[in-house]
Amino acid sequence: MSANIPEQLKYAKTHEWVRVEGDTAWVGITDHAQAELTELVFVELPEAGRTVSTGQPCAVVESVKTASDIYAPLSGEVIEVNQALTDDPGKVNADSFGEGWFFKLRMSSPSELDGLMDAASYQSQIGA
Amino acid sequence: MGLEIKDTMKHTSLYQAHLDHHARMVPFGGWEMPLQYTGIRQEHLAVRKTGGLFDISHMGEFLIEGSDACSFLNQCLTNNVIGLGIGSGHYTLMCNKQGGTVDDLYLYRLEEQSFMMVVNASRIQADWEWLMHQKDQHIGSPNSVQCHNLSDQLGALAFQGPLVRTVVDRMAEDTPNPIATMKKNQIQWGMIGGSRVRIATTGYTGEDGFELIADQGEIPHLWERILSEGKKEGICPAGLGARDTLRTEMGYPLYGHELSEEIDPLQAGLGFFVDLQKPAFVGKSALLQKKNKGLKQCSVAFLMQGKSAPPRPEYRVGDAQGKKIGVVTSGTMSPSLETGLGMALIQTSMAHPGTTLQIEIRNRWFPAQVCRKPLYRKT
Repeated sequence: MSANIPEQLKYAKTHEWVRVEGDTAWVGITDHAQAELTELVFVELPEAGRTVSTGQPCAVVESVKTASDIYAPLSGEVIEVNQALTDDPGKVNADSFGEGWFFKLRMSSPSELDGLMDAASYQSQIGA
Repeated sequence: MGLEIKDTMKHTSLYQAHLDHHARMVPFGGWEMPLQYTGIRQEHLAVRKTGGLFDISHMGEFLIEGSDACSFLNQCLTNNVIGLGIGSGHYTLMCNKQGGTVDDLYLYRLEEQSFMMVVNASRIQADWEWLMHQKDQHIGSPNSVQCHNLSDQLGALAFQGPLVRTVVDRMAEDTPNPIATMKKNQIQWGMIGGSRVRIATTGYTGEDGFELIADQGEIPHLWERILSEGKKEGICPAGLGARDTLRTEMGYPLYGHELSEEIDPLQAGLGFFVDLQKPAFVGKSALLQKKNKGLKQCSVAFLMQGKSAPPRPEYRVGDAQGKKIGVVTSGTMSPSLETGLGMALIQTSMAHPGTTLQIEIRNRWFPAQVCRKPLYRKT
């Protein structure tokens, strides 16, 4: 089965994806991650205005059986969160790269992008 | 991170079947079991709407026979065995001398002097040792009590849901009592798909259903036949994840959570299954003492009020002022009610239905309310 790993995104080791738009970054979790977590029943998002640093836990996803941390892939300020996930956490499972986005960051150090993986490296990491 | 060494985990005879059905396998009580196939919520809702088939072969079965079997078991277990008729079963518990719970289980009377205990998978070893200890102390002629641990020999399936009776009725043959009119808590022999099966009208989901006990070798065939025959009704395999959400909605206890060697049946709210009028049973005097002193803590069911992450075992429970009054013992996001719910062991003074509680989830308090069981009711 071929894995869904969009070429134009960047990836953190902890399975978050990043889509860069100027000085902002959209953040979510990968299709691989949502499949591993199984159906989500709850998503806890960071508050808009919060400052996060790379690797810091900033959101939580819960499946029936477990709660898992989501880590900030980059440093910056959270400028928007996907409120739709509080009503429908299943969006993350259904469309992890699209409607299942978690939050938007204003990047404080865009050079951190170099520390993220490209699609091919992420593919090797997950053994896809 | 803990690592389960796969080689030491036990497998039921359906292990390959689970893989073939794309199950996600997880360790449970020393066994590698299916957590889910298509998804916990989907399987849970299927059981409530049509029917689901669970592999429960990991559970333990003990056969107790002999002229003293009835009185022996009446001394070992909390519920009244004398009143248990042939072909009937009942929920019961075994306690230690301090009144703590060794296990909760089902007892079936197969014949006048023949009984079967169905026990939790995680407690097979502990229960057998405890039973042997009681047997050693039993005074009677040789063979007046014979105990056999058939856990490895027998397997079982739980077939639960509103449409399962129709399927079993269609499939079963040679049953002395017609399937259609079997009442709850009965057990009888029958033939299903060519296999000899004990058919019991018991379950752990709150739905109509059966528990089917047969030789391990018969189980794979029985499983496939039931799934095949049940296609018309929308029957599907269901895993331990759904089993847990279904029983939690009903407020049924799980050993290790609502019951343990530290949590006795009275604290767990199971006094109905403890016959304190019986002359003697292991733990009786301790339980009588606890009852007379008054229970400081007891088990309640609760519903989260409003949106929150699901409550989970070991989360703190507080009163309206945030003072700790207990702990969550089971919790989940309910697929049927679409809200968090669970059970907690809390101060008895706060245990009335309607009482406001708070559950601590990741350092924040979320409101909950004590509710009567079952939390889920058929409308």
